[in-house]
Amino acid sequence: MYVYDEHDRQIAAERVAQFRDQTERALAGELSEDEFLPLRLQNGLYVQRLAPMLRICVPYGMLRSDQLRRLARITRDYDKGYAHFTTRQNVQLNWPALEDVPDILAELAEVEMHANQTSGNCIRNTTTDQFSGVQVDEVVDPRPYCEIIRQWSTFHPEFAFLPRKFKVAVNASEKTDRAAIQVHDIGLQMVRNDQGELGFRVHVGGGLGRTPMVGPVIRDFLPEFDLLTYLEAVLRVYNRYGRRDNKFKARIKILVKALTPEGFAEKVEAEWSHIKDSPTRLTRDAIERIQGYFTEPAYEALDNASELLATQRFENRRFDQWLSHNIDSHKKPGYAIVTLTMKETGTPPGDVSDTQLEQIAELADAYSFGEVRVTHQQNVVLADVRQDQLFELWQRIEPMGFATANLNTLTDVICCPGGDYCALANAKSIPVAESIQRRFDDMDFLYDLGEIDLNISGCMNACGHHHVGNIGVLGVDKKGEEFYQVSLGGSSHHDATIGKILGPSFAQDDMPEVIAKIIDVYVNNRKEEEPFLETYRRIGIEPFKERVYA
Amino acid sequence: MPDIISKDGAITSDAWVVVPRPADGESLDIPDQPALIPADLWLAGKEHFEGRDDIGVWFDSHDEPELLEGLVNELKLIAVNFPKFSDGRGYSIGRLLRERFGYQNELRAIGDVLLDQLQFMKRCGFDSYALREDKDASKAARSLTFFSQGYQAATDTDVPLFRRRAS
Ligand code: SF4
Repeated sequence: MYVYDEHDRQIAAERVAQFRDQTERALAGELSEDEFLPLRLQNGLYVQRLAPMLRICVPYGMLRSDQLRRLARITRDYDKGYAHFTTRQNVQLNWPALEDVPDILAELAEVEMHANQTSGNCIRNTTTDQFSGVQVDEVVDPRPYCEIIRQWSTFHPEFAFLPRKFKVAVNASEKTDRAAIQVHDIGLQMVRNDQGELGFRVHVGGGLGRTPMVGPVIRDFLPEFDLLTYLEAVLRVYNRYGRRDNKFKARIKILVKALTPEGFAEKVEAEWSHIKDSPTRLTRDAIERIQGYFTEPAYEALDNASELLATQRFENRRFDQWLSHNIDSHKKPGYAIVTLTMKETGTPPGDVSDTQLEQIAELADAYSFGEVRVTHQQNVVLADVRQDQLFELWQRIEPMGFATANLNTLTDVICCPGGDYCALANAKSIPVAESIQRRFDDMDFLYDLGEIDLNISGCMNACGHHHVGNIGVLGVDKKGEEFYQVSLGGSSHHDATIGKILGPSFAQDDMPEVIAKIIDVYVNNRKEEEPFLETYRRIGIEPFKERVYA
Repeated sequence: MPDIISKDGAITSDAWVVVPRPADGESLDIPDQPALIPADLWLAGKEHFEGRDDIGVWFDSHDEPELLEGLVNELKLIAVNFPKFSDGRGYSIGRLLRERFGYQNELRAIGDVLLDQLQFMKRCGFDSYALREDKDASKAARSLTFFSQGYQAATDTDVPLFRRRAS
C-alpha cells in the first residue's frame, strides 16, 4: 500500500493549515457562504439536513489497520460513534461540528489520510476493483496507476473549478468490471496491445444521474506512459467547453454527446498532440517507483486447503454457505479473499460503529497483513486470508455480524443514505432496503435466486447507482409524498447497461410486495440456473409490467 | 480601483482600466489612460494601436486565446476575466497563453478574484491579480503560499513531483 514520503506529508500538513485558515475566515464572516461552499466541498464537508457531513477519502478503497483505529477514535471523539462506508469506497462521518473539522483533518493527516476532493466540482477519488492485486485474471495491478492519478489530480491548479464533479475509475480485470468504469466520467480499462505493451482503453462520458449514459470508447489503446498527458487533454477540453450555464447539463457526458464521441475524441487528440511529450509524460522509473509500494505481502508457500475446507463445510452448514458466497478465489494457492458484510438487516447498509471499526482492524492484523479494502457495495474485504484460517475467522466474525452470507444476493443492497441523512433526498432509502431485506429473509431462497444487484438511490443524483442495478429503485417526490420508481435490467459490469423504467412509481409500503412480484416473474420464467439479468434480457420488461401493475 | 497584487504578494496599484465590451452598435470608448480592451476588438483594429504600449487586451472566460496566437508578445498586459470565481476556464486560458503561445509579459486575473484561488492562478501563469475590492489584500501573500510545492507540472514549473523524486 502507498506510504507517504516527505513531499506527501508536507502537502498534507499544508492542506490542513489552509483549511483551518479558511474555516476561521468563514466563521469570522470574511468568506461568504457562497465563497466558502466550494472550498469546504473540496474538503469533503457538506452541510446536511441534520448536521455537517464529512466525507473522508479512502484512495481506491485501501485502508490499513492503524487508519481504521484512527477512524474509530475520530468517530468517538468528534461524532456519535459510527461511520458510513459509501458506494464510492469512501467513509463518511454524519455529525461532525464545523469548527472541529480542521482538527479532524489534522488527526487524519497523522495516519496519511485526508478529505481532499471528495466532493465539489473537481476531480474526485479514483476508484478501482476491490480485488486488485489478488485476483486471478488481472492484466496488471491497477492501484499504482490510481495512486499516480491521485497525485496528479490533487490540487491540480487548472482543474479545481470544473463545470461539474469528475470521476475516474480504473479496471484491470479482463472478465469482470467491479469498478463500473463505463458509468464514470473517465473509465480506464487496462489492456495489453499486440506487442504486449501495457496501456488503457479509454471510455469517456459515462455517468448516472439525470441522463444516465454508458461511456463510449474514445481511444482503444493509450500507452501507460501517456496516462497523465492524455487525462490532462481530456480535462482541458472539458474545462474549456463543458456547459456551465445549466448544472444538469454540465457533466462531461453532455459535452461528449453534443460533439459526438468522434468529435470529442478529435478535440482531445488535437489538444494532446501539443502536450504529449511534455514533462508530465510518465517515465518507467516513476511508474516502477509507485509500483514498489504495491508489492506482494509476505505470502507463505502453501497448498490449497481443499480437504480441510471440505470437512469443515460438511460439518457446518452455515460455514458452508458463507464459504460459497462471501469468499473469492485468490491468485496464490492456499489463500482466499474474504468479504465482510456490513449489511445486517436493521442497520443502514454500510454503517459501522467505532467498535466494529476496531474489530475490523484487529481482523486485518490477525488474518490479512493489516490491510482491508472498502467496496462499492459498501462491504469490507480482507484480501489475503489463509484458507486454513477461514473457519477460525468465520467463527470470530459471525457474532460480529460480518458474516451474513448474502453477498451479491438480493438482500446485499447498495443503498445511499437517502432522506434519513441527506439534504438532497426526495425520499428515504434505508427503510426501503430494510423492508426488502426483511421480506426476503430465507437464505436458501436467496441462494436459489443467485446474483441480483438491487440498488437504491434517494434522488436523481444516483449515489446508490440505481440505473445500473438489475433492479433499481429511485426515490421521487410526488406532491410532497415519497414514492419509488423501479427500473429493471441495469448492469454495471463489462456489459454495462442502463435499466429501463418499469412504469408509475409506488408507495413505500408497497415496495417489498413489488419486488416480490418481480422476483416471482423471474422465478417462473428462468431457465435452469439463468441469472436474473439474462432472464430479463430474454423475456423483456413486459411480463414484469403485466404482473406488477395487474 | 482594486488593489493589484503581484506574484510575491506585494500590494500595488496602477492606472490600467478594463474597458467593457461595447453593446451591439455602440463603438469602443477608449479612455485617456492605459486601457484593456476585448481581445477580438484589438485584433480587428490592430493597426490603430500600432506602437501604443498603453493598450492591452482582456479575454472573457468563454473566449478563445487561440485568437491571438503568434501576436501575444505585442502586448504588454493581457488580462483574463473570472466572471465568477467558480468559473475555472480562465486557468486553462492562462496556461495556453503562457505555455502554448509563449506569452512573456504581464498576465492579470480580473473579475471575481478572491484570496483562495490566488495560488491556482499563480501556478497557471498569472502574475498579477486585481483582487475584488471587499477582500483583504494584506492576506494575499499568505494565500499565494499555502503550498510550498505541487504534485503537477504547470506554468510555474515544468518538473512534476514524480520527476523531482527521481533525481
Ligand atoms: S442519491 Fe440523492 S438522496 Fe441519495 S445520497 Fe445521493 S444525493 Fe442524497
